[in-house]
Amino acid sequence: MASSSSYSLSCNSPCAACKFLRRKCMPDCVFAPYFPPEEPHKFANVHKIFGASNVSKLLNEVLPHQREDAVNSLAYEAEARIKDPVYGCVGAISVLQRQVLRLQKELDATNADLLRYAGASCNRGTGRGSHHGQNSGLYSFSSPWSSTHDPYGN
Amino acid sequence: MVGRCAACKYLRKGCPEDCIFAPYFPSNNPQRFEHVHRIYGAKNVATLLKELESLQPYFRAQAIETLCYEAESRIQNPVYGCAAIIFHLQQQIHNIESELAKIRAEIAVLSSNGQGQGASEMQPSTEQVHEDRFGSSSEAPNWFI
Repeated sequence: MASSSSYSLSCNSPCAACKFLRRKCMPDCVFAPYFPPEEPHKFANVHKIFGASNVSKLLNEVLPHQREDAVNSLAYEAEARIKDPVYGCVGAISVLQRQVLRLQKELDATNADLLRYAGASCNRGTGRGSHHGQNSGLYSFSSPWSSTHDPYGN
Repeated sequence: MVGRCAACKYLRKGCPEDCIFAPYFPSNNPQRFEHVHRIYGAKNVATLLKELESLQPYFRAQAIETLCYEAESRIQNPVYGCAAIIFHLQQQIHNIESELAKIRAEIAVLSSNGQGQGASEMQPSTEQVHEDRFGSSSEAPNWFI
């Protein structure tokens, strides 16, 4: 009687992780759902920054329905760190925060302009005094970095 | 051994004079290395530091600071890490730009009603920030320009 084998019957190609790690891609491979073979760079980046065992641990710490998002955010951070080894995606955070500040100032100035126009309209008897005076407010994170220094001398 | 850095204490090894971790992981903050090690692993941190050998010490220190920040973010938010912060900021930028556009439109109406001017001198913002949560990483701005 032939013994049933746990050997993978799948004819699919191994996932990008198992290809990278040069190992057999088992049916229960934790990486396979999230690292398709068509995107080899995704696992390569994540492996370079986090390491395979850390990624595996991280995936096991989150619920199954959250794993895809977790992998995508890890891939994003890994790619940002590879592109900018000094600041990683904190550099992007810093830039976005400055953009928020700049836009907030612009919004305040524009609100002030609207008040002037609205006031002028009131004076002319149009009675429109409303304004969108809702400031969005600053969304602050404790990110003290200003990426104004170029570490690469550019 | 007296005076081991937090990394060598955690890794239970001796801390040599030229320890690569010692400048960045003082012994008075063991949790810092613990968190970085948990997310990245000591070997990957050491590899990063070696890659940055040619840079000034300031930038090597910044690299470790940002790594610590990202590790903390990931521990607090295991699913999204600091990508959640980026997403929030992108959302906020989008919201502010929408509000700006509305107010400018209202100003344009008021100014044309009140003063007969055809066009407001204010130009709507042409900047668009994509609400891309995780990256098409090409959307990540180049902050060195």
